[in-house]
Amino acid sequence: MADPLILFRTMLTIREAELALARLFADGEVPGFIHLSVGQEAVAAGVCAALGPQDSVASTHRGHGHAIARGISLEGFFAEVMAKSTGLCGGRGGSMHVADLQRGMLGANGIVGAGAPIALGAALAQRTRGTDGVAVAFFGDGALAEGAMHETLNMAAIWRLPLLMVCENNGWAEFSRSDTQVAAKLGAWTAAYGVRHVEVDGNDASAVAAAAEDAVAAQRHGEGPRVIEARTHRWRGHFEGDPQRYRDPEEAARMAEHDPIARSRATLLDAGTPAATLEVAEAEARDAVATAIAAARAAPPADWMAALSGVYAPAGA
Amino acid sequence: MAELRMVQAVNRALTESMTEDDTVILLGEDIGAAGGPFGATRGLQEKFGPDRVRDTPISEAGIIGAAVGAALSGLKPVAEIMFMDFITLAMDALVNQAAKARFMFGGQRGVPMVLRTPHGGGLSAGPQHSQCLEAWLCHIPGLKVVCPATPADAHALLRAAIADPDPVVMVENKALYAMKGEVDDAPAPLQIGRARVARPGRDATIVAYGAAVHWATEAATALARDSIEAEVIDLRSLQPWDEATVLESLARTHHLVIAQEAVEAFGVGAEIAARMADIGFDELDGPILRVGAPFTPVPFAKELESAYRPDAARIAAAVRRTLD
Ligand SMILES: Cc1ncc(C[n+]2csc(CCOP(=O)(O)OP(=O)(O)O)c2C)c(N)n1
Ligand SMILES: [Mg+2]
Repeated sequence: MADPLILFRTMLTIREAELALARLFADGEVPGFIHLSVGQEAVAAGVCAALGPQDSVASTHRGHGHAIARGISLEGFFAEVMAKSTGLCGGRGGSMHVADLQRGMLGANGIVGAGAPIALGAALAQRTRGTDGVAVAFFGDGALAEGAMHETLNMAAIWRLPLLMVCENNGWAEFSRSDTQVAAKLGAWTAAYGVRHVEVDGNDASAVAAAAEDAVAAQRHGEGPRVIEARTHRWRGHFEGDPQRYRDPEEAARMAEHDPIARSRATLLDAGTPAATLEVAEAEARDAVATAIAAARAAPPADWMAALSGVYAPAGA
Repeated sequence: MAELRMVQAVNRALTESMTEDDTVILLGEDIGAAGGPFGATRGLQEKFGPDRVRDTPISEAGIIGAAVGAALSGLKPVAEIMFMDFITLAMDALVNQAAKARFMFGGQRGVPMVLRTPHGGGLSAGPQHSQCLEAWLCHIPGLKVVCPATPADAHALLRAAIADPDPVVMVENKALYAMKGEVDDAPAPLQIGRARVARPGRDATIVAYGAAVHWATEAATALARDSIEAEVIDLRSLQPWDEATVLESLARTHHLVIAQEAVEAFGVGAEIAARMADIGFDELDGPILRVGAPFTPVPFAKELESAYRPDAARIAAAVRRTLD
């Protein structure tokens, strides 16, 4: 069972980091495009709580939460999205490519649906090497319209690979409702491939963690792929700066009722966790983010000469 | 020394690499039990088992995507795409993922995978089973592209490709699969990016790769009857390519023709011509000429396909024209 306080802390860190990113983006300190997962933190926190260091995660364009839940360095993360040489990727990738291979974080991905076959390959590597590791592919409800998703589930099913596919179903695919784009219900889709589908409340980190732990435990003992569908809400625009003309403003108010962090907090208090403990956790998350941002600000900009020689391995490597 | 067909040389390189390194695995459609559509993987599943020689469904995007993920996770996958025409279905994994991972992740890790795929016409295979699409891949920073013309080079280049820490595409000319040639029992390792002088000469340089190397050699033999000695350079590696060897030859012959089976426009030859027009400008005593396929899809009918494909006569004519 995942410790609810740890889940709470992970979600807080993601929320603090992303709200800080929103400010940095508005102030021009973060260039490019960023897609925030505010409101969806329970999925990243819950799934990653079920994983160990030997497991791999392939993420999406909305991947900050997955990376943070995987335990990447916050300083490396901010330095990356702030385009600094000390970034996890030396400032060459940015928000859509945050990766930390040492920690089994195979990268966010700028291509919808592209993380799934990469996770498939990671799962294949686990099985080929005879480990008990698993690979997770996070994907959005809109990504189900991509062919690579179907190829991936089929291959994982015929080969019985330890691939856990986690759908963050927020109802939206960019500016469109995903149910106008994807004919299949996720459960029916997975059933067609003989793959087990589990639906969870994606705003309840403990429920997500329980579903992920159950799947991962089975997979460590040889079970094949599984799909978890976590229903959740995307609180902000598709990207920062999205005017969201396509969306009813009422929706935002309703979403806040399902805030995974507020829920986690209330549950912890009910279970007798002292309020002071939660306040300390909140302060620590804020401090960790502030410290990381300060370090990233002080870091030198991304290095062009290093980038230029970074396309291939150095000769003789 | 053994005489092997090119397809057997590929098989031998796979066998050796898999024997030496148990992280090498093979993926592809009908490569296992069936031994591969062209027989390149014959016998390997019996030898190394179905986990290391994995028959895949007909899912090119999935195959190459999985190869990327496996390569990022410590394996060295060698994927086969049955015809080069089918790489279109795997382009995201190849171009956006494999090629970029090392750079985009700040050098944390490379993608040590190989994609083997046959190109080329001459078999009446029609517009979707004959294309030479290597120039697309040469245009992508992060990929390496090699194309052997002989069994010995097919063996050596594949060994080098599997050992390489970055993604390498080995393009195999399917009309050459049956070609026989000597392969050393323990050849010296070949470095990707080194060309080979296939035939020495002093009057003109013909740069070629794959099947065009043989047409160029045939053209050189014909030209020799008129006392024109053409040097034929077999590029072997297209990305990176051996600028120094080409320039050195041009500095002796002062005339350059580039021959390829692929469509001439925007091809490998265009890049070589542009570079030599720059760094070799002072050496040139005639126009740099290209010989390649016309700007049409590869046709099916024998008559049409033979009109379409470049040959020794067209290469010889180009050499005469630049010497004129
Ligand atoms: C191949 C590809 N097509 C289109 C896009 C543009 N795009 C980025 S995110 C997105 C919507 C994805 O929706 P979903 O998978 O539900 O993820 P969410 O944004 O809801 O997290 C689109 C269309 C892209 N990045 N890649
Ligand atoms: Mg969505």
